[in-house]
Amino acid sequence: MYQYTRFNNKNGFFQKFGNLDYILLSCLLILGFISLATMYSTDGGEILFHTRSHFIKFVVFFSMMLVISFINIKFWFSLGYLSYAVILGMLIWTINFGITASGSKRWIDLYFLNIQPSELMKIFIILCLAKYFHRMKSQHVNSFYSICFSLIIIFVPMSLVIIQPDLGTSLLIAISGIVVLWFAGLNHKYFFYSCLLSIISLPIIISFLKPYQKLRVLTFLNPDRDPLGAGYQIIQSKIAVGSGGFTGKGFLKGTQSYLEFLPEKHTDFIFTLFSEEFGFIGSVLLLLIYSIIIYRVIRIGALSRSYFAKLFCYSFGTSIFIYVVINMSMVLGLLPIVGSPLPIMSYGGSSMLATMIGFGIVMSAKTHSQQSIA
Amino acid sequence: MINISDSATKLNSLNRRMFILATAKIIILGGIVSRLFFLQVKENKKYLTLSDKNRIREWKLPPIRGEFQDYFGNTIAGNFEAYQLHIIPEEVEDFRYVIYRVKELLELSEKQFKKIVKKKNEIKPWETLIVADNLSWEKFSKINNHLYDLNGVKPVISISRDYPYKENFTHVLGYVSQANENDLLTNENIKEKFVPGLKVGKTGLEKSFEKKLIGSNSVERYEVNAYGRRISQLAFQKGDKGETIKLTIDTKIQELTNELLKEKAGSICVMDIYTGAIIAMHSSPSFDPNSFVFGISQDEWQLIRNNPMKPLVNKSLSGNYSPGSTLKPIVALSALENEIISPDFTVQCKGHKNPLELYGQTYHCWKKEGHGFVNLREAMKQSCDTYFYEVARRLGVDRLSVTAKKFGLGQKVFKDIFDNEKKGLVPNTEWKKNALGRNWVLGETIITGIGQGFIQTTPIQLCLMTAQIANGGYKIYPKIVANDNNQYADKFTPLYKKSRNIKIIQDAMFSSTNEVRGTSYRSRLDDPKYKFAGKTGTSQVKKITERDRELDLKTFQIPYEERDHALFVAFGPYKNPRYALSIIIEHGGSGGTVAAPLAKELFKMIVDRHEIRKNYDNKKYLDI
Repeated sequence: MYQYTRFNNKNGFFQKFGNLDYILLSCLLILGFISLATMYSTDGGEILFHTRSHFIKFVVFFSMMLVISFINIKFWFSLGYLSYAVILGMLIWTINFGITASGSKRWIDLYFLNIQPSELMKIFIILCLAKYFHRMKSQHVNSFYSICFSLIIIFVPMSLVIIQPDLGTSLLIAISGIVVLWFAGLNHKYFFYSCLLSIISLPIIISFLKPYQKLRVLTFLNPDRDPLGAGYQIIQSKIAVGSGGFTGKGFLKGTQSYLEFLPEKHTDFIFTLFSEEFGFIGSVLLLLIYSIIIYRVIRIGALSRSYFAKLFCYSFGTSIFIYVVINMSMVLGLLPIVGSPLPIMSYGGSSMLATMIGFGIVMSAKTHSQQSIA
Repeated sequence: MINISDSATKLNSLNRRMFILATAKIIILGGIVSRLFFLQVKENKKYLTLSDKNRIREWKLPPIRGEFQDYFGNTIAGNFEAYQLHIIPEEVEDFRYVIYRVKELLELSEKQFKKIVKKKNEIKPWETLIVADNLSWEKFSKINNHLYDLNGVKPVISISRDYPYKENFTHVLGYVSQANENDLLTNENIKEKFVPGLKVGKTGLEKSFEKKLIGSNSVERYEVNAYGRRISQLAFQKGDKGETIKLTIDTKIQELTNELLKEKAGSICVMDIYTGAIIAMHSSPSFDPNSFVFGISQDEWQLIRNNPMKPLVNKSLSGNYSPGSTLKPIVALSALENEIISPDFTVQCKGHKNPLELYGQTYHCWKKEGHGFVNLREAMKQSCDTYFYEVARRLGVDRLSVTAKKFGLGQKVFKDIFDNEKKGLVPNTEWKKNALGRNWVLGETIITGIGQGFIQTTPIQLCLMTAQIANGGYKIYPKIVANDNNQYADKFTPLYKKSRNIKIIQDAMFSSTNEVRGTSYRSRLDDPKYKFAGKTGTSQVKKITERDRELDLKTFQIPYEERDHALFVAFGPYKNPRYALSIIIEHGGSGGTVAAPLAKELFKMIVDRHEIRKNYDNKKYLDI
């Protein structure tokens, strides 16, 4: 009886409060602060639209994350398929009634905000697949049926996003899904063979790409082939990062961004601006913060009792890592330019929302680490 | 309920895979950090330069052009402050209002106004629009008085070319005008210093000394954004003014030459016979080079271009004329030098009633009645053609051409200084064979003896020839830039075999001007201080027919294009020669009546100015 009450108390509000991962929280707050400062710099050292909007989004979604932390992880488990279905519905809605901006239909208008369902899908595909594999016996994981089913779960949203068209996000969705498959114990040989297959079929895929996408690949291979056109972004980005040097040009002194040489400096290229102003030291520190966050997320997974929570935390942490790596490699000229935001740093509500939901679920796994799910 | 062992297998596999991925992640992170290190630390210098290249842009300002001065230091091509009106469209709130207001104030025509609006649409809004480039002081001050009403309009004082002596120096100096594509292609210097609106030399010395005159640009360094808009000025680097070039020309004499040639087509050259310094060199008609500085109007240009007197041609250097009788001193000298004749050699001239007949052709003397028996001195004095036919026949064209070339005919006098200078032509048998593929005919030798036929000379060559006879037969190199310190090894080498021969020629030329029956006797100056010696020439433009001889028309009765060119070469003062000159008046008629009287006027001033020139030189030495 006493034991039972204690157990209950542990799940009480204050107990949960005490169970929050404060290192993760403070790292997120620091990251939020850094992203605000950088946004302030992109606005030219004034509090303008982007800074204000980013601040509001960060505050709202951070609070939302805290709220999610107190919701039992079981709730998210039960919501796994439903939320996936809802987002899928939203993606279909986007194709028909989406808002067109710069040549692609990505947003749906929810009156108070425009939302980009493809960003949300990056998180909810993990949730859905985690639930799917949670129930599965280990010998069934590599069965034909389960592989087919999980691939369908990945391919449907991916193709819906591709036709928007938004190659970058669809690739990120696929990667999130594949990460879950990997953790679920899918045989290594499948990954090996599919890798091989995709390398072989690469020329065919390239021939199916849209002209502007082909151009990006060509530009990646040789940015100097068209320095004022397709190569402009990556060249200017490299100049900005390179000219930052060891200690950077100083806060609000990044000439490349201040004089508007940097493209997309609020969103995909925000790291460039940060790196120009804070240099090698700043960039490594930022990477360190991301590393700590990812480490804490994975640690929470490791400490969780339930397989679902573990699978989600590992996959989410790995996905965040991949997003960061892809974004940075892109602006540093290691990968072709694909639209992929830097989590939390980049301006964009949907991306922030999705990321915060993800962290909320992770935090919920932390506060309910002793919770087992049937 | 999942069984325990299965759950354990699943967890094991999960944790193992997490471990594999964690290792991969650390490697990838290492990759990103090393990439950052490579870009930011190792290649930092390269990207820093690229970033500066992005953000810093330099604006070149037009350089200030060097000046030209005459011998006495008077500015003959200088700079003046041009009043201009600039507008930067983006700084104007209501461009339409302002531009209409400006139109009203400046009284611009509809055509000019449209041109300005068109120009405005072509430039970026932050670039300067030049509304007017050379305003009068009245209009400039009018604008200044209305500035309160003209937001964004900038009255600017800029430096521009000015030729204070207008048409006097046009053919010597040339003129400047806006640089065009051709200038940029042909001249590296202009290309390097080019800014929109840069004025460069188009002809004459302005063109040949472009490199020295152009100066260097002032540079404004600005920080700019990605669209090229200036954000802030970082530095200002002042350029140097171009070099000042001092000429040997005396403005007073130059002005007199212009005065004397007014309403005539022709040229006057005056030269120092020892230093080779050009004292005056004028080609008429001339035009005002100032009208080219801001672009000449189409009407004005057509007027200059279509003028039958050809103002655009520098006749002193690029006018090829038959020298006529002015060649006779060289013919006589050549004959003496080659010992074909002695000064006492005598020929009977029967006049053109009884023309000389040689090999079936007839050769006429200009004088109807003939000169009778004439020796060398008499023949030169009266310019007897018959005498020189005979001399030329005996001399042969090849020996004549050697002497003529020695004295500067048939080659460029100024080497490369003037790009429009012509070589002229001194023919010989070999030349004709090569150029025309036919053999030389004796008849051609005979007319070459009186400076007709193939032979072509420029006025400056005739001047040089006379100068070298006047200085006793020594080689000189003409120069027009005062501190031209080119050292020529063969300067002052004798051009004669016997100096007595030169004396004979000088004396013969003296008689021509100062003795009764001399062809220029009427233009003589009796004062020994000014006394000069000369030789007239009348060069035929077309062959004289028998009918023409019968009619014996006066000059004004002949159509302009068919009139003879009048020539005169002279040197003085006779006692102590210092200056030589050549005068040519196109279609002027006879040299004795039209060209020689100008020499009289000129020598008066030249001799007077010589004192001043000498004093100026001496004072210059004292100053040092």
